[in-house]
Amino acid sequence: MRMLLFLLQKEFLQVLRNKLFLRLLLVLPVVQLLVLVHAATMDMKNLQIVVCDLDHSPLSRRLTATLDASPFFDLLDPPPTVDEGKGALETGAADLLLVVPANFERSMQRGQVQALQLMADAINAQQAQLGYVYLQKTTAQLLSDARFETSGRAWNPAVEVTSSFWYNPELNYKYFMFPGILVILVSVVGMFLTAMNLVREKEMGTIEQMNVSPVPKPVFIAAKLLPFWFIGLMELALGLLIGRLVYGVPMVGSPLLVFGLAAVYLVALLALGLLLSSFSTSQQQVTFVSYFFLLVFILMSGIFTSAENMPEWGQRLNVINPIFYFMDIMRSILLKGAGLADLWRQAASLAALAVGLMILAVRTYRKTV
Amino acid sequence: MMISVHELSKGYGDIQALEGLSFEVQGGELFGVLGPDGAGKSTLFRILLSLLLPGSGTVRVGGLDPVRDLHALRKKVGYMPGKFALYEDLSVEENLQFFASVFGTTPAANYELIKEVYQQIEPFKKRPAGKLSGGMKQKLALSCALIHRPELLVLDEPTTGVDAVSRSEFWALLKKLKAHGITILVATPYMDEAALCDRVALMQKGRLLTVASPGEVVRDFEGLFYGVSGGHPYGLIQACRAFEPVVSVFPFGEELHVRFNRDDEAAEHLVDHLKSSGFSGAVVRPIAPNIEDCFMALMATENDLKG
Repeated sequence: MRMLLFLLQKEFLQVLRNKLFLRLLLVLPVVQLLVLVHAATMDMKNLQIVVCDLDHSPLSRRLTATLDASPFFDLLDPPPTVDEGKGALETGAADLLLVVPANFERSMQRGQVQALQLMADAINAQQAQLGYVYLQKTTAQLLSDARFETSGRAWNPAVEVTSSFWYNPELNYKYFMFPGILVILVSVVGMFLTAMNLVREKEMGTIEQMNVSPVPKPVFIAAKLLPFWFIGLMELALGLLIGRLVYGVPMVGSPLLVFGLAAVYLVALLALGLLLSSFSTSQQQVTFVSYFFLLVFILMSGIFTSAENMPEWGQRLNVINPIFYFMDIMRSILLKGAGLADLWRQAASLAALAVGLMILAVRTYRKTV
Repeated sequence: MMISVHELSKGYGDIQALEGLSFEVQGGELFGVLGPDGAGKSTLFRILLSLLLPGSGTVRVGGLDPVRDLHALRKKVGYMPGKFALYEDLSVEENLQFFASVFGTTPAANYELIKEVYQQIEPFKKRPAGKLSGGMKQKLALSCALIHRPELLVLDEPTTGVDAVSRSEFWALLKKLKAHGITILVATPYMDEAALCDRVALMQKGRLLTVASPGEVVRDFEGLFYGVSGGHPYGLIQACRAFEPVVSVFPFGEELHVRFNRDDEAAEHLVDHLKSSGFSGAVVRPIAPNIEDCFMALMATENDLKG
């Protein structure tokens, strides 16, 4: 135990001495959370729309004016012909093209079915989809209003589906992204630092010196993990503070549970870092390998899209993905206020991963060094 | 008996790194292990230090088995690797403090042992170890290896890449440590350093060629070496090689060192041979072999035997 304290003292001395490192630990979370949460937003705003009005009627002008007033759309100058409108779509100047056919208003007044043509740039499928839905809703509403005004009777479609969104009623994408970015932050810091730190001892040759000392290997490994475990939790605390102050993320659940499960999660992640460092002889190697694992784990974790949308085999792979569990845990606790009773499966999986990876890491470390 | 090795072998896959080594090192001895790169010196040291499992044979260090009693052994041994391996971002003082605490002691407790070495770097004790000069780094590494007062000090090529002045200073320090009763095991690729050891073991290709005091090594080859001079070196070498009884010829400073088998007559005929080969000014004189001559001779013999 005394030995562990001496080793920890040395590790912290080294961390504190590295000024660049300290600055990064403070600046990285702030920048990541302030910038990336916005960068990753999928709220639809300012879609560039071109309206090709062949009707030139009061109704078509009203439609154009409604779209112009909407925060979702940016109305571009109307093109003289449909072909030029398509051109704008092709060059990327416009995201959506709406063609209002001639005699649109007259047909409507006669009660005839009339079609509006909408073309969307679907390279970004999600954006095209959302744009389409927004536009459909806007026009439907307008036409219904117009009909009511002219006939005095409400035009009602057979059934209207209305949705209400739970846990994030305003569909604030930042609330959804913030826990995700925070998980990435904690993971990157924890895993890279652990992996690099041990390999650095190999590179410098100091590990040889430690190996001929009476320090037991488990104590040595504990001294290598604890500082970064602690730093990871500190980053989490800093991140949550930013989330609260800057984004006003609700944080419905218990902060204690967040930290408790983060503690388990970090053990699993740091053990993985240690395992990778056992196979590496230089910091370049371990950086590259860690990067690979982190990238795959992060993209599979369901940070942007629900992990349940992945094919079956992908979901099976996620069983060994610690980030997948922790992503779910963070969002559930912060946005839904989930308790341990709701999250016991994820928590148990994380604990199993932590124990398994730790055993593997210590065994491999013993064999290779 | 500090070290006792009996029939030690170690292989890595198909490669035989050590083959049937047997030797002993007495307590308080300054014992040198010489050999070219790849001779197996580091493998031998790593086994003695319990960093590597022996293949077969028995090894005892300070009466302990490096496999079974490794924790007890590690407290008795100080190790200074060939490459500088201290924490470069920690200061001189912090490095010393750290290694002392890892071995369960304090710098103050054994200060008198490291005083000689440490005093020279003490003025820079606040400086990060990475910013020290080569010679100072070496002294810090030695201080750290000694801080727990080991019974055995193991040095793996401590003077490789160190300038001549620092090298002789370093050997002077080793002599002083020996006076404290510490057994010192040192590996070196430099033949001239062998003469400074109490006893030396010569290794080549995983085998032990000889274990003897430098005096004994030289004595075995007395009367067999002659210095040849007086002519263009290259032509002279060719002429000497052409003379049947000559075993080996190699240049050494101004002279050629020529070795014969036990045949005193032949040496006298060499002068005649050289003169008849056109080297009228050739001079042949008997010389006392230095340890380098002897090792070159031993290694050449070993190579011949192996064919």
